[in-house]
Amino acid sequence: MALSHLKSSSSGSNFLKPLATAFSLRRPISTSTDPLTVETSVPFTTHRCDPPSRTVETSPQELLSFFRDMATMRRMEIAADSLYKAKLIRGFCHLYDGQEAVAVGMEAAITKKDSIITAYRDHCTFLGRGGTLLEIFSELMGRQGGCSSGKGGSMHFYKKNSGFYGGHGIVGAQVPLGCGLAFAHKYNKDDAVAFALYGDGAANQGQLFEALNISALWDLPVILVCENNHYGMGTAEWRAAKSPSYYKRGDYVPGLKVDGMDAFAVKQACKFAKEHALKSGPIILEMDTYRYHGHSMSDPGSTYRTRDEISGVRQERDPIERIRKLIVAHDLATEKELKDIEKEVRKQVDEAIAQAKESPMPEPSELFTNVYAKGMGVESYGADRKEVRAVLP
Amino acid sequence: MATIFQGLGGAGAAAALTNSFDSKTLLLPSSSRLLAERKESSFLVARSDGSVNLNLGSSNGRGRRVDQLITNAVAVNLSSPLVLCLFCFLSKFGLFFIYSCFLFCFRRRLILLQLPLHRNLGKGRRINDVDGCHVKAITHELLLFEALREGLEEEMDRDPHVCVMGEDVGHYGGSYKVSKGLAEKYGDLRVLDTPIAENSFTGMGIGAAMTGLRPIVEGMNMGFLLLAFNQISNNCGMLHYTSGGQFTIPIVIRGPGGVGRQLGAEHSQRLESYFQSIPGIQMVACSTPYNAKGLMKAAIRSENPVILFEHVLLYNLKERIPDEEYICNLEEAEMVRPGEHVTILTYSRMRYHVMQAAKTLVNKGYDPEVIDIRSLKPFDLHMIGNSVKKTHCVLIVEECMRTGGIGASLTAAITENFHDYLDAPIVCLSSQDVPTPYAGTLEEWTVVQPSQIVTAVEQLCQKLQ
Repeated sequence: MALSHLKSSSSGSNFLKPLATAFSLRRPISTSTDPLTVETSVPFTTHRCDPPSRTVETSPQELLSFFRDMATMRRMEIAADSLYKAKLIRGFCHLYDGQEAVAVGMEAAITKKDSIITAYRDHCTFLGRGGTLLEIFSELMGRQGGCSSGKGGSMHFYKKNSGFYGGHGIVGAQVPLGCGLAFAHKYNKDDAVAFALYGDGAANQGQLFEALNISALWDLPVILVCENNHYGMGTAEWRAAKSPSYYKRGDYVPGLKVDGMDAFAVKQACKFAKEHALKSGPIILEMDTYRYHGHSMSDPGSTYRTRDEISGVRQERDPIERIRKLIVAHDLATEKELKDIEKEVRKQVDEAIAQAKESPMPEPSELFTNVYAKGMGVESYGADRKEVRAVLP
Repeated sequence: MATIFQGLGGAGAAAALTNSFDSKTLLLPSSSRLLAERKESSFLVARSDGSVNLNLGSSNGRGRRVDQLITNAVAVNLSSPLVLCLFCFLSKFGLFFIYSCFLFCFRRRLILLQLPLHRNLGKGRRINDVDGCHVKAITHELLLFEALREGLEEEMDRDPHVCVMGEDVGHYGGSYKVSKGLAEKYGDLRVLDTPIAENSFTGMGIGAAMTGLRPIVEGMNMGFLLLAFNQISNNCGMLHYTSGGQFTIPIVIRGPGGVGRQLGAEHSQRLESYFQSIPGIQMVACSTPYNAKGLMKAAIRSENPVILFEHVLLYNLKERIPDEEYICNLEEAEMVRPGEHVTILTYSRMRYHVMQAAKTLVNKGYDPEVIDIRSLKPFDLHMIGNSVKKTHCVLIVEECMRTGGIGASLTAAITENFHDYLDAPIVCLSSQDVPTPYAGTLEEWTVVQPSQIVTAVEQLCQKLQ
């Protein structure tokens, strides 16, 4: 911290810096939790509510953890791309690179007691909820050690003990489930909320509005998060929705539009939304984000948008670059150290892939397990509820 | 119920044959033989199973009705010189010309088999000549999704009421490229890109059909149509009945289903088992480019709601199909390989597993008769029944799950109707009653594999001995 004092003092003291480095006074990457404030990139746009402040409280530790997590997510998705092309991952594979800030920012605002449910673009959300790289790659390659024992695949990641409810293939079907999770939270009075994530394509599903109506009626602590990456598979949002202002689509439900490429804006919005949901029921968040890959691995992603658009967003709004600039500007780490972190992350991902490749495929008997829970027997107890009288076939 | 399809413009129409995997070649009998037998018969009949026989005017024990079943044939009255000249002009000169003149002299009516237009020769060779009858074959080679597109395009050209609605069918060209290029050709009002709202746009398609439009609703994957089940069951299937016949629903609902390559549980569904109970709808499953195009066209022209089941893994099948326009009968099954020992009933992708098993079986000395049932609702009990009467044992191979699948209904139907002809209980091989797992090895065990089919046939035939 001594050096940062030097830095912030007048420019006349610049001669001290080379001296300091010469004496190897370079402090390690900061892991301090001293508060630091950051401004969000753009102000929030609201519908029927007051916006949260643009100033976000954070700390160097958080900044660096954001960087590391997002770098891991980015590297993981790119590795999944190569694995898919090598036919180790098959079927459908929907990649999340470009949208990492949403997963990371949301995690920073909530606890593992809160529930998250999302659609099929779930690799990074799963990682954010505490999944390991090995579990992810094992599941993607259909191995026994995967998070769903190799039986779910890319679109069916779940983690019950940290409140991650999937992982769903049918567009929009997860939103009523999310409202159900919120209902359970309210029923159990556990002061937790449910985040139901969906995309701009799913925003036109009828079941979403049905579930929203019921949630508003019953004051359920649900937060509907529309990850608007502007393309529903091959259809641009303006060709699918009469009103692409998804945060306003709730009508009687308040909404907030957030820059989804800014992890701090996401964090602030989620914190705000959690408070709102616990107090007054549902709220809609629209995350303005972007995906670099196509809809899935079988979609080149360039037939319905230009390459200039993709590279433009990558240059100006990339979430990892933004954090990198923030870290360097606050002198929490040098460029080289950040590159070292990325190298480390790359090594971790490669190791996980290597380990997953060696892991075994599921046993044939696994085909029939978990179709029903604990067989189909129904146990019948005696009057004292202690003695099992009969087990029906 | 099979009907005779009369081609337009006599000699110009082409008859089509089913794709045969065996090496039996289809030949019209040589002219000399024909001439010899001409005295007794009055016409030459081409059968849908590819063989030609002379209808001798009386039953020959094989079932008269089958002999009279002609899917695509042309009746030509060669007593008219103009027609004769036209016909000869269109065919290669030579023997046939002489033969035709002979016929002309004898004033016989001739029902022509124009030519065997496609046979699976593996290398896409054209068949130009048929022994004794020099008729030219005009075919082109394409993939199954292109055949579907051709059928779609031809029908859209023919009838301005036909429109297509679905997700990404327009500008994107369709997720399996079935509707590629159609939006540019017909515009946004006839090829509609819908938002992701299956329940609503299926309902809208049905509503439009009530007024006389002919929409084709595409489910990007058949599994997504579960969201539209209410519309399909209650409105699509029942409106014609509940309105006392006032409304017809000439809608086609199509999409790929079935178990693909590790697509996961929700995207590997076989919806034919769920839809089969709905009264008022027809269900067909295509399996080759030839029947894909034919069934698509027939489905569009039908006044009843038709659900056309395609399969995710069959879109890249290549075949030569006729240039000429043709349709396939919606209610008819397809004889893939005639045989004597056992009847194997199958449809869609399982047809190929069965044919693979058939190769092994033939090597082992069995003679399976393979029928692609094609029509899942109603079943073509005519062809199936005739086959059962011949072979006396049945094996059903399907991709549906064991419980409540098409095989289960077919087993019941055959047992009810043809019990006396069966020498052994019907064996039904279906997929396991589990959600389709993602892992490749597990997924393989979910569906029926050719080795299992071979074992089943061996066991079935052993029982009979």
